[in-house]
Amino acid sequence: MAPKLCALCSTNKAILKRPKTGQQVCKDCFFYVFETEVHHTITRAGLFKPGDKVAIGASGGKDSTVLAHVLKTLNERYNYGLILFLLSIDEGITGYRDDSLETVKRNQQQYDMPLKILSYDELYGWTMDAIVSQVGRKNNCTFCGVFRRQALDRGAAMLNVDHIVTGHNADDIAETVLMNIMRGDIARLGRCTSIVTEGEDTIKRSKPFKYAYEKEIVMYAYFKKLDYFSTECIYSPDAYRGHARTFLKELEAARPSAIIDIIHSGEAFEIREEVKAGQKSQQTCKRCGYMSSNDLCKACTLLEGLERGMAGSGITERERKKLDAEGRAPENLRTIPFYRRSTRTPGPEVPIVVEAQVDPAMITDHYRPYTAE
Amino acid sequence: MTFISLRIEFSGGLELLFSNEKRHKITIPAQVPVDNNPKVDGPRNGDTKAADMDFLIHWLREHLLKERTELFMENSTVRPGILVLINDTDWELEGEGEYQLKDNDEIVFISTLHGG
Ligand SMILES: [Zn+2]
Ligand SMILES: [Zn+2]
Repeated sequence: MAPKLCALCSTNKAILKRPKTGQQVCKDCFFYVFETEVHHTITRAGLFKPGDKVAIGASGGKDSTVLAHVLKTLNERYNYGLILFLLSIDEGITGYRDDSLETVKRNQQQYDMPLKILSYDELYGWTMDAIVSQVGRKNNCTFCGVFRRQALDRGAAMLNVDHIVTGHNADDIAETVLMNIMRGDIARLGRCTSIVTEGEDTIKRSKPFKYAYEKEIVMYAYFKKLDYFSTECIYSPDAYRGHARTFLKELEAARPSAIIDIIHSGEAFEIREEVKAGQKSQQTCKRCGYMSSNDLCKACTLLEGLERGMAGSGITERERKKLDAEGRAPENLRTIPFYRRSTRTPGPEVPIVVEAQVDPAMITDHYRPYTAE
Repeated sequence: MTFISLRIEFSGGLELLFSNEKRHKITIPAQVPVDNNPKVDGPRNGDTKAADMDFLIHWLREHLLKERTELFMENSTVRPGILVLINDTDWELEGEGEYQLKDNDEIVFISTLHGG
């Protein structure tokens, strides 16, 4: 078979079939369109302002490694004026997180970005290994998810950054849409596709890879020879999410636009006001100062259960009542250090809008309805 | 009987199913059964074809895969979510399973299903 030529430059040998468009592209054109699409996602959503301090949530895995590389590239190419940091959370999982943190430490050298590692152990006094030995392998992901979310915010506050970016890609978002539909979680369904989440008292978070396909992220890492770590968390048998992912991959194999189609479906859901009203208003945790919809934030509730040997109290109502029946939390209970949000760096409030010099027809980060070939 | 040598690489976590070794050098027959049966060392009787990617995938499952077949194969091909490169080119541009293998080809399998 004669080598196929790149559909964009008509000169070099094509090395990749783009899942979004079916276009065959050469290595250089692939790098360029991939980076430019992320640039367009960033500028169209107005994610950054010049001088923003941005922490990249870095796990050492493919998505955050490629994100760090691409953000560094775009920051230099288009003079975003961002100050970039790597922020890693050490959950304390022997044989998993310690290896991936080594990857993040190499990334720190390779990308020349300051790195902050914050551990569950220093923040909560508990590693995931210790939590699993108390709670077993059933609800450990609940602990890990709540603790990670708060740890990222606290790490960002320590770095005094304005913004956290995460490596969530189009496949991840489509998978979350499916899971929220399957769980009937309508309130989350409306929120999970938004590229930015920002509350009054929360640090801004965004997903610059919202429209980037996992296949292209992995191919980008492969052709750029980026150093990343890949293994499954030893404690994460999230079977439900696993099925959703398998289902999504099968849909994608049959019709690659399925990923973007599902994201678009999620975006198209409008949340009725009464559903929104059902969500509690935000206040701050009486014990640790972190934002919370109850007197105690989720992390403080889970931590109290762990400390008092009744870990289930943060999970079910029945266990919670048992804990309450034992009386108030003891005075010497271990608590999370008080949370202070970093203050925003004053600066121009105008988002970066540098247009790339590129043929708009090349860029496919927006939704195109599917038409049968 | 003639044979062809291939360089095989597994990454993205897929290597865990293959003795935790990323790189393998293998030799397979140049002519193989049309039903992709990898158990016989080359054709005994019956119809044959030139060795292709479909055959290679069956051969790898039979000879190199150590555990959990379902994480590598599904419906006689690689599981969705595993990317395949033939000499550094997306196999979707090379005819996928029908690609006829040549001596010294380098085939890379990357799982996209492991943590980000
Ligand atoms: Zn090209
Ligand atoms: Zn709290």
